[in-house]
Amino acid sequence: MAVRLTQAAGRRLVAGIPLVWLLLLFLIPFIIVFRISFSEVRLAIPPYTPLISWHHGTPSLEVHWSAYSFLFTDPLYVSSYLYSLKVAAVSTLFCLLIGYPMAYAIARSNPSTRSVLLMLIVLPFWTSFLLRVYAWIGLLKNNGVINNVLLYLGVIHQPLALLQTDFAVYIGIVYSYLPFMILPLYANLEKHDPALLEAAADLGARPLRAFLAITLPQSLAGIVAGSLLVFIPAVGEYVIPTLLGRTDQLMIGRVLSDEFFENRDWPVASAVAILVLLLLVIPIMLFQRLERRELEAAK
Amino acid sequence: MMSRGWFSRCMLVLGLIFLYVPILSMVVFSFNNSRLVTVWDAAHSPTLKWYVELARNQQILGAAWLSIRIALIAASGAVVLGTLAGMALARFGAFRGRLLLAGMTTAPIVMPEVITGLSLLLLFVAMAQLIGWPRGVGAVTITLAHITFCMAYVTVVVQSRLVGFDESLEEAAMDLGARPLQVFLRITLPLILPAIASGWLLAFTLSWDDLVITQFVAGPGSSTLPMVIFSKVRFGVTPDVNALATIMVLIVASGIAISTVWMRYREKRRQRDLQLAAAANL
Repeated sequence: MAVRLTQAAGRRLVAGIPLVWLLLLFLIPFIIVFRISFSEVRLAIPPYTPLISWHHGTPSLEVHWSAYSFLFTDPLYVSSYLYSLKVAAVSTLFCLLIGYPMAYAIARSNPSTRSVLLMLIVLPFWTSFLLRVYAWIGLLKNNGVINNVLLYLGVIHQPLALLQTDFAVYIGIVYSYLPFMILPLYANLEKHDPALLEAAADLGARPLRAFLAITLPQSLAGIVAGSLLVFIPAVGEYVIPTLLGRTDQLMIGRVLSDEFFENRDWPVASAVAILVLLLLVIPIMLFQRLERRELEAAK
Repeated sequence: MMSRGWFSRCMLVLGLIFLYVPILSMVVFSFNNSRLVTVWDAAHSPTLKWYVELARNQQILGAAWLSIRIALIAASGAVVLGTLAGMALARFGAFRGRLLLAGMTTAPIVMPEVITGLSLLLLFVAMAQLIGWPRGVGAVTITLAHITFCMAYVTVVVQSRLVGFDESLEEAAMDLGARPLQVFLRITLPLILPAIASGWLLAFTLSWDDLVITQFVAGPGSSTLPMVIFSKVRFGVTPDVNALATIMVLIVASGIAISTVWMRYREKRRQRDLQLAAAANL
C-alpha cells in the first residue's frame, strides 16, 4: 500500500512538473496576449491600459476594441494577412511537389542507401537556418551566382531581379522547410506494401494509374502532416521574407514584429498575434490529432 | 514501373543538389579575396583572410560564447522536462491533464515564432510587475524561453522512442519487486538513452540557432550569435559570415562522421558479442 502511494505521488510529480512549466510559460502567456489585445496604448510602463480601473473604490472592467478595429480598417493589415496565406500556401504546394517524389525515391531505395539518403536530407537542418537563408542572398542578388552563371552562358544579357521578390521568398521557404515535408511523407511511404502495386500491375494497371489509385490515397495522412508542418510556421515566417522578400508587401510576422519593436504598440501587436492564432487554430488542432494517431498506431 | 522510378530518382538527385548548393557556395566564397563576396577574385584567392578577421571580431566571439552557454543550459533543462513529459505521455495511460500536456507539447513545434516570442516577453513583463522577477530581460529570460520551445521537440523524440517498445520489461522488473525509481534507472533510462542524446543535440542546435524568439526576450547587453549575424546580413552579404558558416558546417559534418563511425563500431561489437554468446551455448 505504501509503495502504491509513493508510486502515485511519483507519477503525479513526473507528469506535474512539465505540465506546470508549460502552463506557466506557454498557456498563461497566451492569456496575457489575449488580455493586452483588448487594451489601449498609453505612455507608461507597461505601455498599455490596465484591465481593471478603480473609480472611487469600485473596480470597473476596461475593454477596448480599438486594436482590432484598427486592424480591420487599415488595408495594410488585411493585405499582409492575405499575402501571408498566399505565400504559405504556394510554398507548401511546391514543397509537396518537390518533396513527394524525393520521399518516394528514398522509401523505394535499398536499406543501406536509405539511411545515407535520410541523413543527407536531415543534415542541412543541423547547420544554421539563418545562415542557410543568408546563403540565398549571395545566390539571388543582381551580381550573385545565379545571374553571373546565366550571363556567362549567354542565356540572359541583363541580370534578372531575383532578390526581394515573391519568387525569392518561395525559394527560401521551400528550401528551409523541405525536410519537414519529406520526413513525414517518407515515414508514411516506407510502410506501404509493394505487393499491392504488383497486384495492380498484374491486373494490367499502368504505373501512373496504380500510383493514383493505390499509393496516393494511402499516403494522404503523410501529405497532410507534411503540409501542416510547412504551412503553419510559414504563415508567421519572419526571417525569410525579411532577408529575401519584397519591401513593399510585408508578411504578417514582420508586421507583428514591427508593431512591437518600431511602433511600440503592444495592444496592436497582441491583436495581430491573436488573429493569426485564430487563423491557425484549426490547422494546429488537425496536426495534433494526426500526431496522436501516429503515436497510437505505433503502439 | 520503370518510368516512375526514374522520375522520382531524378527528383531526389535534383532536390539534394538544391539542398546543398547554397551551403557549398558559402564554403567556396569564404575563401574569396574580394569583398564583393560573389565575384571570384582568381588572382588573390583562395585566402584565409576572412577567417583571420573573424578570429579578431570580439563582438562575434562574445556573442558565440553567450550562445553556447545558453544552449548548454537550455538543452539540459529541455531534456529533463521533455523526458518527464514524454514518459508521462507514453506510459501513464489516461490521467488528468493528459490532453492538455499532449497539446502543449506539440503546439510549440508548429507555432509561428513571432507569436511565441511576443507572448513570452509579455509574460516576463507581467511577472516583473507582479513579483519583481525577472529583473529586466537578458540571458536568464532567453534561457527560460529556449527551454520552453526546445522541450517540445525532446518530448516528441522521447515519447516516440518509448512507444516503440512495449512495457513488458518494465512490468517484469516491477513484478520482481523493483521500485519505480529502480525500474527507471536500470531499464527505462538505458532504453531511452539514445533518444535523450539525440533530443539534447536537437535542443542544443535549436537554441543555438534561434533568432526570432530570442529577439523578443533579449535585452540590450545580451546579443546572441544569431542576433549579431542577422544585424550584419540584413543589409547585404559580408564575407566573414561565410567563414563563420563554413566553420559551423565543418563542426556539424565532423560530428556526424564521428557518430557514424562510433555507431558502426558499436554495431560490430554487438554482433561479435552475440556470436560469442552463441558459441558459448554450443
